[in-house]
Amino acid sequence: MQSFEEICQVLKTEFGEAIEDTVTEGCRPYAVVSVGRWGDVAKFLRNDPRMRFDLLRCISAIDLLEDDKLACVYELGALSAISATADMSLERELAVRVITDRTDPHIASVAHLWAAADWHEREAFDMMGIVFDGHPNLERILCPEDWVGYPLRKDYKFPLEYHGIPATTEHELTSPKH
Amino acid sequence: MSWIENRFEEGLMMTSLDWALNWARSSSVWPMTFGIACCAIEMMAVGASRFDIDRFGAGAFRATPRQSDLMIVAGTVTYKMASRLKRLYNQMPDPKYVMAMGACTIGGGPYFKHGYHVVKGVDLIVPVDIYIPGCPPRPEALLEGLMRLQDKIRHESRAIDRVAQDNQARLARV
Repeated sequence: MQSFEEICQVLKTEFGEAIEDTVTEGCRPYAVVSVGRWGDVAKFLRNDPRMRFDLLRCISAIDLLEDDKLACVYELGALSAISATADMSLERELAVRVITDRTDPHIASVAHLWAAADWHEREAFDMMGIVFDGHPNLERILCPEDWVGYPLRKDYKFPLEYHGIPATTEHELTSPKH
Repeated sequence: MSWIENRFEEGLMMTSLDWALNWARSSSVWPMTFGIACCAIEMMAVGASRFDIDRFGAGAFRATPRQSDLMIVAGTVTYKMASRLKRLYNQMPDPKYVMAMGACTIGGGPYFKHGYHVVKGVDLIVPVDIYIPGCPPRPEALLEGLMRLQDKIRHESRAIDRVAQDNQARLARV
C-alpha cells in the first residue's frame, strides 16, 4: 500500500509550492492544494502511472466562516490497480483539500476527469455557491432554479416566504449565532 | 354531482338521495398513486394484502389525478414540490378530498425549525380534510383516517356546495 507520505512526496516533487500543506492530525490525513494549480494536480492524480486515482468517492464542501473561506475536500480512491492484479496491497486513497475565497469562490472543475464530479460539483454549487470553472452544466441540482442564497452556508438566512407560501420564523430565533 | 348542486334553496334536505349518493361515494374512494417520501411506504403496506385498504373500497389507486377522489399526501412536501402538488390537486375532479399523512405533511415535522426547504404544513397549499399524525403513521392509523373520511362523506349534503364552503373557509383563514 502506498502511504499518504509517499503520495505527498511525489506530489511535492512534481508541483512544489502548489502543495501548500499536508495535514496528518485527525482521523483523515489530507493534502492542501493551491486553488490556482488544482486543475493540473487533479489531472496528474488521475492520469500519472504512479497515481492512477480513478475513483472520486465524494466531494465535500466546507464553510470556513471564521477564516472567510470556502473549501472543497476531494476523496480519491484507486480501483484499476487492484482489479487488474487482485492485489489488495495496491489499495490507496487520498483526500485533497482546496481552499478558496468566500466572497467570490472559484475552483476548477474536474468533471472531465471524473464523471462523478459532475453532479457532486452541481450540489456543492447549489448548497454552498462554489463556482466550478469549466463545468459542462453548472445549475442548481436540488433547490428550485429561482432559489435565493446557498442553504448550507453558515450565515444563510432562511426564506420567510416562497411563492406566497409562508415559512417559519422559528429558525431565526433558535439558530446558532456564528 | 355538479348537475344537482346549487339547484335548490339552502335548507332543503333530500335525505334519501343524500344517503344513497353518500353511500356510493364513501364506499369507492379512489386514492391517487402519489407518494412523496417515507410515509408512502406505509401507504403501500396499506394497499397490500396484510392491511388491505380494498376492504373499505379505497384500493383502486389511480395513476392519474383525473380519475381520483382522494389525495393522500404521504411525505415531506418541499417548496419545490409545492407547485406540482397544487397542480395535481387542481387536476382532480370534484368532489375531492385530501389526507395529510404524517408529521411533515401536517406541520413540517422534524423540518419545522431547521428545514429551509420544507413547507410547514400542506394545508398552506391545499385544503386538508383529514390529518393523520405519526412519523410515519401505522397502517392502522391510515385506515382509521380513511374511515373518518368516510364518516365525513356520509354527512355531506347535496344541497350545500362543499367546494364553495371549502373556499370560504380557506379565505377566512388567510
